[in-house]
Amino acid sequence: MDKIIQKDLVIIGGGPAGLAAGIAAREAGVEDLVILEREHQAGGILRQCIHNGFGLHRYGEELTGPEYAARDIARAEELGLDIRCDTTVLSVDGDRRVTCVSKADGLTVYQAGAVVLAMGCRERPRGALGTPGTRCAGIYTAGAAQKFVNLEGLMPGKRVVILGSGDIGLIMARRMTLQGAKVLACVELMPFSSGLNRNIVQCLHDYDIPLYLSHTVTDIRGRERLEGVTVMRVGPDRKPIPGTEIEFDCDTLLLSVGLIPENELSQRAGVALTPATSGAVVDDDLQTSVPGVFACGNVLHVHDLVDFVSDESFRAGRAAAAFLRGETPTGETVEVRDGEGVRGTVPQRLRPGRDVTLMFRPAAVYQNASAVVESDGVELARKRALVFTPGEMVALPVKAEKLAGVHAPITVRMEAAKHD
Amino acid sequence: MTERVITCINCPMGCRMTVSLNDAGEVVSVTGNTCKRGEKYAHQEVTAPVRMVTAVVPVAGSVCPLSVKTREPIPKGKIFDCMAALRELKLNAPIRAGETVLPDVCGTGIDVIATRSVG
Repeated sequence: MDKIIQKDLVIIGGGPAGLAAGIAAREAGVEDLVILEREHQAGGILRQCIHNGFGLHRYGEELTGPEYAARDIARAEELGLDIRCDTTVLSVDGDRRVTCVSKADGLTVYQAGAVVLAMGCRERPRGALGTPGTRCAGIYTAGAAQKFVNLEGLMPGKRVVILGSGDIGLIMARRMTLQGAKVLACVELMPFSSGLNRNIVQCLHDYDIPLYLSHTVTDIRGRERLEGVTVMRVGPDRKPIPGTEIEFDCDTLLLSVGLIPENELSQRAGVALTPATSGAVVDDDLQTSVPGVFACGNVLHVHDLVDFVSDESFRAGRAAAAFLRGETPTGETVEVRDGEGVRGTVPQRLRPGRDVTLMFRPAAVYQNASAVVESDGVELARKRALVFTPGEMVALPVKAEKLAGVHAPITVRMEAAKHD
Repeated sequence: MTERVITCINCPMGCRMTVSLNDAGEVVSVTGNTCKRGEKYAHQEVTAPVRMVTAVVPVAGSVCPLSVKTREPIPKGKIFDCMAALRELKLNAPIRAGETVLPDVCGTGIDVIATRSVG
């Protein structure tokens, strides 16, 4: 058996979540910690997100991805955090034993006092869509194309169709255009885009790229390389309507069709997951069903803004530090449930007694509506807004005094506007 | 008298606003907005639209290209000129984040700066 290294805290992932968790844990007094990162540099997906718009909440500035990451990396260096790059974690078990491998150190096994899961998410690939057609070259996820262009200096193609209008797809429509490609269309299955209006305007409208809502790609043609795709309108049942075919001659198809938390390691550790978020079930300390194992950032639930990832991960780092000091609160937890019009509320359980912020997504677009938190018919918190959309996560704070004495399950639901 | 329809970018509402301009190109009215921020954005957007430009440029001796941005937003009409100017750029490492790599891009008075360090 390999030598086992004792470590107070092992953080898996050196993106914005892992960095923030490490910084917060060290600031809370955890000396003996390591961050394991599989890429050759820390920073995660921010390294390839060269556009601006990061950090508005946290810094009041619109930084680019590399600039945002650099601030956390600088702070981590200042604190002397041990970040092991080029290190891939192979497994985590329920006793918090973390096995990893790297060229420099070979196989290493850590016995951790606490673990923070911060592995982020990955893109839904072509195989998950069931789109018919040939298996030719020229089909990439938007993030893979972003990595080629921004980190490798390579252009994936010249004539591009983008399937999906999530923010990464929109950002890549602009990037490909600016770098000299012709983006023919952005195609969205739903009758609305899940991307920010800002990105629809500044990435599509600015460059006269048409957005086909309620459309999808129904055929992919090409022998060696992609030669063209067929796009069709879909009905309310999301099935293609015959006779609506539009043909595009293109050499590249980019997919921006959703992100999935990367939880293979968590599952093997025995961490309970929920289909609502594809992430772990956590309490208000961000502790999973496995004691001493915490989760934060996009591995827990896919965020829209890195600012909220950082904020959540600072909390996970502090909670892990408290766990190591034996100060994690015990006692009864109350379940938090998704009510009408609400999906993926995090945390899924909490211990009444502290302020807590519930995060969730509305299931549809709600105008002039409220999000309501209640337990046993008693309202605990409410947030009103002119608009709620599935593309924007809602953060709803609930005060400790409101939670005092709550024993029944807590429900979060949307309440449509009352019409006169 | 001309009209332009634009989408507000300030919040997820995405109000579709109609802006009326007189023959001198001055804004006469904005309709369709829900709040004051929309009106302000409409004025800016139809009279002097600006955009941040971010890009990557090659650096001699570095495998990875360097990410750069305009220090401030530049006039929207200058975006492609800015990209063309960046393509002509010949850079050598080391470069520090925040360093100017192209001063006064396309006569805008705005510098293009590095957003990460290389070398």
